[in-house]
Amino acid sequence: MDILVWLIPISLFLGGLGLVAFIWTVRSDQYEDPDGSSQRILSDQWDDHPKP
Amino acid sequence: MADLSVSPTVERGGFAACPACAVTPAAEELAARAAQLEGASLSLSLPGIHCAACIDTVERALVAAPGVREARVNLTLKRAQVKADPEVTAEDLVRVVEGVGYEAHELDPGTIAATATDRAGRALLMRLAVAGFASMNVMLLSVSVWSGAEDATRDLFHWISAAITLPAIAFCAQPFFANAAAALRVRRLNMDVPIALAITLALVTSLWETSLSGEHAYFDAALTLTFFLLAGRYLDHRTRSAARSAAEELAALEVPRAIALRDGAEVQLPIAELRIGDLVLVRPGGRMPVDGEIAEGTSELDRSLLTGETRPVPARPGQAVSAGEVNLTGPLTLRATAIGRDTSLARMADLVAIAESGRSRYTSLADRAARLYAPGVHILSALSFLGWYLWSGDLRVALNIAAAVLIITCPCALGLAVPAVTTAASGRLFRKGMLVKHETALERLSEVDTVVFDKTGTLTSGKPRVVNLDVLAPEARGIALALAAGSSHPLSQALAAALAEETPAPLTDLREVPGYGTEAFLAGQRVRLGRAEWLGASSGQETATWLQTPAGLTEIRFADSLRPGAQEAVSQLLAQGKKVALISGDTEGAVAALAARLGITDWQAGALPGEKAARVAALQDGGAKVLMVGDGLNDTAALTTAHVSISPASALDAARVASDIVLLGGELSPIPGALETASRATRRIRENFRIATFYNVIAVPLAVAGLCSPLIAALAMSTSSITVSLNALRLR
Repeated sequence: MDILVWLIPISLFLGGLGLVAFIWTVRSDQYEDPDGSSQRILSDQWDDHPKP
Repeated sequence: MADLSVSPTVERGGFAACPACAVTPAAEELAARAAQLEGASLSLSLPGIHCAACIDTVERALVAAPGVREARVNLTLKRAQVKADPEVTAEDLVRVVEGVGYEAHELDPGTIAATATDRAGRALLMRLAVAGFASMNVMLLSVSVWSGAEDATRDLFHWISAAITLPAIAFCAQPFFANAAAALRVRRLNMDVPIALAITLALVTSLWETSLSGEHAYFDAALTLTFFLLAGRYLDHRTRSAARSAAEELAALEVPRAIALRDGAEVQLPIAELRIGDLVLVRPGGRMPVDGEIAEGTSELDRSLLTGETRPVPARPGQAVSAGEVNLTGPLTLRATAIGRDTSLARMADLVAIAESGRSRYTSLADRAARLYAPGVHILSALSFLGWYLWSGDLRVALNIAAAVLIITCPCALGLAVPAVTTAASGRLFRKGMLVKHETALERLSEVDTVVFDKTGTLTSGKPRVVNLDVLAPEARGIALALAAGSSHPLSQALAAALAEETPAPLTDLREVPGYGTEAFLAGQRVRLGRAEWLGASSGQETATWLQTPAGLTEIRFADSLRPGAQEAVSQLLAQGKKVALISGDTEGAVAALAARLGITDWQAGALPGEKAARVAALQDGGAKVLMVGDGLNDTAALTTAHVSISPASALDAARVASDIVLLGGELSPIPGALETASRATRRIRENFRIATFYNVIAVPLAVAGLCSPLIAALAMSTSSITVSLNALRLR
C-alpha cells in the first residue's frame, strides 16, 4: 500500500494540470467562437507560415 | 473546396431577404455617425458569412485596409471585431467589406459592449470545470472505498475526499446557495432549496461519519450532483445568451438619429436630443423620427408598419405625421410636436406592456414539476428522519438516511430535463433561421391549434408587384419605364423592375413632382406617371398608378407580392390540421384577394390594432391556443395577447420585443416545422420527467429503508442524468 503515497499526489497533480489547462482556455477566449474555430481549420491562409 | 470559393457571389445574390437589408437605408446614417465616433474598436455585423472562405476573405480585406491593426471575424455571432487607428471609420470598413462581396453593417458599440464578454457564462463554465475535476478525483477515491478499502486506508481516502470536496463545493455550488437564500428570504420554495439542503446535509453527515471512521461518505455524490446541475444551468444560459445577443444585434441596427435644422444649418442629432418645436428634415426613404406637423414639402407616406395599409398616403404642409411612417418621394420638413416616449409610436409600444401577456399566464413544465417536487422531497426526507429517529433513537443513523433520501431525490435529471431539450430544439430552430427569445416559447408553441397572420409585411413582403402589365401598349412601355426610373417611389421602382427588359423612351426634361408623380416630354408632348387625381382620373379601391401618354390614360394596378414561403407555410399549417386566420388593417379588396390566393377562409379586413387584439383574445376565450404572426406596430397588442407570437426580423422594434420568436431569414416556411419541433421537444421534456421519476421510484424506497449505499446513489444519479441528456440529443 506504500505506493498510494505516490499515486494519490500524482493523480491529483495530473488532474490539477488538466484543470489549469482548461482555465487557461476559458481565459484566452477559446470558447467565444466555436463555429468559427471549426471552419478556420479549413483555411489555407496560414499553411506556409504561422500568423505573425 | 470549389463550392467554398464561389460562395461570396452566391451570398450576395441570395441575401436580399435578410434582416439587415430591411434597414439598409439606415446604413448610411449609421456610417455617418461613425465618423464622429472616436476610439479604435469597431464592430460590424456580417449577416452573409458562413464558411472558412468567407472568414478569410473578410479578414484579409479588412487587414489590408489602411489604418486597420487587427481584424477578427466571429462566425458564431456573425460579427467582425476590428481594432484600427482612430481616424478609421466604420463607413470605410463597411465599404471595404462590401467591396469583396459581403453585406456589412456597423453595430452600435454601446449596445454590443454589454454582450462582448459573457461574464456570467464564463463563471458558470469555470465552476462546471472545477466541479468536474473535483468529482472525478473524489470518484476515483470512492471507487477504491467501494471496492474494499478498509480501516486506515478508508479513513485516509475519506479525509482526502473531504479536503477536495469542501473547497470545491464552496466555489462551485455558490449559484444554488445564492438562489436558495433569495427564495427563502421571500418565504418561498424553489428547486434550489432542496438542492442546497441536499448538498449541505450530505457534507455534514459525511464529515461526521468520516470523523467517526464510518463506512459511508457522500462526498462524491455532493460533487457529481453539483456537476450535473451546473451542466444544466450552463446549457440554459448558453441558449438564452445566444438569443439575447442576436436580439440586441437587431436592435443595434436601428439608428436613433435625425437631421435637425438649427439656425438654417443641417445638424445630425441623436433623437434623444431633439426638442419640441425643432424643425426636422426627413429625406425620401427615411423614417419619421418624431410626431409632428409638416412645415414644408409635399410627398407620400407609407404607413404600413403602423396601420397595415399598403396604399401610400399623400402628405402636404399642415398635415400631422406620426413617428415610424416612411417618407416616400419628396423631402419633408417637420415641426416636432412630440418626441421620444411621447410619440404615438412609443405610446403604442407601451400599450403592449399593459396588455396581459400570454407568457405571464403560462407556467412552464419545469415550474409545475418543481411545485410538486420541492415540498414533496422535504416532507419525505423529514419523515424518514423522524421515523428512523423514533425507531432507532440514533441521531446519526437518522441523519444519514435523511441525507441519502435528499441526495437520491435531488433533481439532477429534473435540472437537466428541460435545458438539455430546449438547447437541442433551439439550436435546431436557429439553424433554420428562427431565434427563440423566450424560455417557455417552445412549450407554448407546441400547444398551438390556431395560427393568425397579419397581411402587410408578414404574409406579403411589403413590396408591390405589377398585376396588369399586358394593358400597356409596346410604345407605352418604353415611356413608362423611362418615367418610372426617374423616381424612388416603391410603385415606380416595381414598375421599372417589371419593365427592365424594355428600352426606355428618349424623354426630355424629366422631373419628379413630390407627392404626385413624374413628368417629362416626349417629342414635345407631355407624358406623366403618377396619382389618379393628378392625371384627372378617378381612383379606385386598389393600389394603382396612372400613365398618361399622347395615346391616352392607362391604369397600372399593383398587388403586394407574397413573402417567400408564405404559400407553403399556410398550406402546411392547414395540412397539420391547424386553423389559419388572416386579420389585416388593409382594405377589403386586397385582403380578400390574398386570402383566396392562399386558401384562407377566415379573414378580416380593416381591423384596428385594438380589434386585432380583441379578436385574438376572443379566439383564446373560446379555448383556442393562438399563434400570432405579425410585424407592424398595429400587431403588437395582438402579439402580446396571443399564447405565443412570431415576428419577422424586418418588423419594428416594438413588434420584435413583443414576440417570443423572431424569424431571421425572409421566409415564412420554417413556421410549420417549428411547430413540429416544438411539440417534439415538449414530448421529450415529458419523457425526461418520466425517466427521472422512474429512477426515483426505484431508488427512494431503498433510501428510506436505509439500504442505499453511496454506490447506489452515485449509480442512480449518473444513469438518470445521462439517459435524460441522451434522450434530449435525439432531437437534433
